[in-house]
Amino acid sequence: MDLFVAFLLAIVSGALIDNVVLSRFYGICSFVGTGNKVKPAFSMGLAVTFVIILASVVCWPIYTYILVPANMAFLDTIVYILVIASLVQLVGIFIKKTSPTLYKTLGIYLPLITTNCAVLGVAQGNTDQGLDFLSSLGNAIGTSLGYLLVIVLFATIRERLESSDTPRAFKGVPVALVTAALMALAFMGLQGIV
Amino acid sequence: MGETALSLREERKEAFVSGIWKANPLFVSLLGMCPALAVTTNFESAIGMGILFTFVLLGSNIFVSLLRKIIPEEVTTPCYIVIIATFVTVVKMICEAFLPELYTSLGVFLSLLVVNCIVLGRSEAYASKNTVLNSTLDALGNGIGFTWAICAIALVREILGTGMITFGRVFTFIPEYSLPILKLEGVYDYSIEFFQRSLGGFLVLGIALAIIAAASSYKKNKAKVDALNAKKAAAEGGK
Repeated sequence: MDLFVAFLLAIVSGALIDNVVLSRFYGICSFVGTGNKVKPAFSMGLAVTFVIILASVVCWPIYTYILVPANMAFLDTIVYILVIASLVQLVGIFIKKTSPTLYKTLGIYLPLITTNCAVLGVAQGNTDQGLDFLSSLGNAIGTSLGYLLVIVLFATIRERLESSDTPRAFKGVPVALVTAALMALAFMGLQGIV
Repeated sequence: MGETALSLREERKEAFVSGIWKANPLFVSLLGMCPALAVTTNFESAIGMGILFTFVLLGSNIFVSLLRKIIPEEVTTPCYIVIIATFVTVVKMICEAFLPELYTSLGVFLSLLVVNCIVLGRSEAYASKNTVLNSTLDALGNGIGFTWAICAIALVREILGTGMITFGRVFTFIPEYSLPILKLEGVYDYSIEFFQRSLGGFLVLGIALAIIAAASSYKKNKAKVDALNAKKAAAEGGK
């Protein structure tokens, strides 16, 4: 039971309190780059969610049962990025075979996920902090849900911003960053939950 | 013959200079925002990040450029990522050994240099097509450009957020010293704490980008008006 509570807490804190984009600054590039329409943002978020969880599930055992016993823990970053790159390829092939419609919506975003810092950041953070397997799974689920939530919310706001009258110098990315600042302020209010 | 030598020299100069100002990776190309927001709460970490970033970029650009005729076209990106990851690991180990305070303050963002869009972007866009010397100059230019950009953001955030600039906390080989600017212990305190938080980072970068956009559009307008005036003056002179 205690384990389960810890697991839930890891999810909540990863998604809301220590939000991956707004307070840990992972994946800002994709956040600013794709966040203009809700639907693609949602697809991108889903794809990233899937890869983050999968990458954490694969990277943790590799680190604990292969790299550490072999005394090669310093190779972690290289191994993780290779695992992530091949996972993204595999997921792409799998989705292409099983669901062509899903592949069409996710397709163009899949190669971008390899270079999304959220994926490597979570895998690296899990082992850097020495979390056990269940906590790292909770961290991965929470982080990716937080990413999905923020990227969809942000796309919704930016859709409205497109049609509103912003000062000329602020058009595009600057106003997006100011919006992100206000969202970060709002998410700071959630710090009292746990 | 003399002309080609001149253009070669100009090309080299262009490779070095463009990254510093005209095509600044952060302020103009909008790349590498994650470290620009995450490590800019204090000035020293930003300098450290900039220097380490320049080393990684230098190593990866030189290697990618050396191997540009060997790497097959289908697997360029994975090859580049492995080259970059190797240099990141080297830099990480050096930093952990000699500057452990900097290593802890940068945290996971040192590893995240592997997927930094600037490093990968320079490999793909420049080093894979240009000579080793030009790629080296390009890496130095972009490294300096990124370093001054994040240092500027960090300076604003640290001064507004804590009211002073502190040296010697990350680079422990210099004595610790705080330069009071907006805050003097027990006398006055005009610091605004939220610039140290994440929202301060977003706000400062957003406003900086807006100022740059405004300045460049002002320059463009001025050039247009100047050209119009010159035309008018010429027409009047003709009469």
